Amino acid sequence: MKAATATAADLPHSKAIAEPGRASYWREVGRRLLRDRVAMVCLSVLALMALAMIFAPLLSPYDPLQGSMVRRLKPVGTPGHWLGTDELGRDMFARLIFGGRLSWFVGITPVAVAFVIGSGLGITAGFFGGWVNMMIMRTTDVFYAFPSVLLAVAISGALGPGIDNAIIAMTMVFIPMMIRVSESVTASTRNLDYVEAARSTGASAFTVVRVHVLPNVLGPIFVYATTLVSVSMILASGLSFIGLGVKPPQPEWGLMLNTLRTAIYTQPLLATLPGISIFVTSICFNLASDGLRGAMDVRA
Amino acid sequence: MIFYIIRRILYAIPIALAVSLVCFMLVHIAPGDPIDAILPPDASAETVAMVRKDYGLDKPLPVQFGLWLGHVVQGDFGLSLANRRPVLNELKVAAGRTFLLASTAAVLGFVIGCVLGGVAGVFRGSLADRMAVGFAVAGISVPHYWLGMVFVIIFSVVLGWLPAIGAGPGEWAWNWLHIRHLILPAVTLSVIPAGLVTRTVRGVVLEILSQDFVTTLRGKGLRSLMLAVHVIKNAAPTSIAVMGLQLGYLMGGSILVETVFAWPGTGMLLNQAIFQRDIPVLQGTTLVLAMIFVTLNLAVDLVQTALDPRMRRA
Repeated sequence: MKAATATAADLPHSKAIAEPGRASYWREVGRRLLRDRVAMVCLSVLALMALAMIFAPLLSPYDPLQGSMVRRLKPVGTPGHWLGTDELGRDMFARLIFGGRLSWFVGITPVAVAFVIGSGLGITAGFFGGWVNMMIMRTTDVFYAFPSVLLAVAISGALGPGIDNAIIAMTMVFIPMMIRVSESVTASTRNLDYVEAARSTGASAFTVVRVHVLPNVLGPIFVYATTLVSVSMILASGLSFIGLGVKPPQPEWGLMLNTLRTAIYTQPLLATLPGISIFVTSICFNLASDGLRGAMDVRA
Repeated sequence: MIFYIIRRILYAIPIALAVSLVCFMLVHIAPGDPIDAILPPDASAETVAMVRKDYGLDKPLPVQFGLWLGHVVQGDFGLSLANRRPVLNELKVAAGRTFLLASTAAVLGFVIGCVLGGVAGVFRGSLADRMAVGFAVAGISVPHYWLGMVFVIIFSVVLGWLPAIGAGPGEWAWNWLHIRHLILPAVTLSVIPAGLVTRTVRGVVLEILSQDFVTTLRGKGLRSLMLAVHVIKNAAPTSIAVMGLQLGYLMGGSILVETVFAWPGTGMLLNQAIFQRDIPVLQGTTLVLAMIFVTLNLAVDLVQTALDPRMRRA
């Protein structure tokens, strides 16, 4: 194990930029990730959840939107409804696996969009420096002057409830974070000898970025983006929890948690199920991204 | 040092202006005519005409921003659409309640985080270390609005020890009748800073313990108690900075916990404003909370500079 990593990892300055463009580097990252037991357990849990959501119609005979007045708030373990039923008599298991689709969608999309826009702007700022850098980074500072939850609530509150508005608001929260990280990683590669060399041989800025900068910075930026997914999942469900984001009767974990609040006196276990789903998802994303960061050996 | 302080304060001014610009824009990103966003639907034609003129709604946006800023600086955040009262009155009471909740949570989180992080750092690799690290990850990953519900189920529904909602009758007072209302929301809210501080303190302690001067001190036969003083002195600036920022985040982020516990602070105010589409309240509350955050950021930077001479050169 030591011998395999020695080539890349023991060279000075190779920790953050261990020739990540090479296929052998990624093979090594994969190997290290496979050996990380915590990360692998978390990834398996996430994969299982994803499969359950994809095959939701096959796993549950019930319609997540179809309620029944006679079957309201059945406890966990009821025959036929093994996770019980909610306040409108809808099957809890069906709502949880269908609800996961929306929770994951609203949680992951803002990070993905912010990854594209934020790293684009951040790399531009970091590579070109000067007034381009100043314009982008000072604008970023303004959004950093808001506590993130407040910014998301304020924007989606002004735009009004709805999935699209929640995604826009959260993307606005994550873009500045992505910009900051991509800017600092890019700025640190700018003065590397081979980037300098490529520039002095007359390569265009676009070529230098594409060939020399991108392969070095995309890894760390991606790792940082994965750490945001957990935050994003909690925030997404939180927005639905306070009535922004997903609207009823659509199943979504945060919204379900809110509507089941009235049931905490009669069916406490049932009422906490959507929250447990959010918690498990978020902790798994968190630990998996920790594992990825460890395997890639980046300090972001 | 004095130059650094002046420069840092001057830098906060454009930030504060830009933050108010973002808050100003909230009315304009709301769908429909801004006048519908800041006046109740049944406002008389004269009121509409007056407000339109007063805020220059027929003029270009930069002029509007200037007029609006003039009102805001004098404490005029407009009237709430829901109850027609000045936004500022409600905001003052609510901000006080949120500050009470957030600062209690921040202190709790800081103490828990320092103890866990310190123990974890000193006894690296031990069971205590692993438990502290686990707690830190859980604290950061937990949806705290759900944790609040779980606390309500355990301590209010099952055990009946603490009230589930509200902040107690009437004005806040430091007696058991009121404090018992504060316990559950404050503990719920403290979980996030506790997790973050645990992580930070652990990292800082590990770093300090690995430094040469600590080895030297140990070599000179310094006992662990004295060593602790050195570690604390070095760990303090970072920990205090993290905590100061967390207080700001908690003030702005308490909306979810306040919703769970019906705590009558800014979060509840925001929640009602969203529910009733009361944009002036949403705007005013956002602006005040963001300004508090900017001020806290500034204060943290200045305190950190005072505590850590190395920062002054940066």
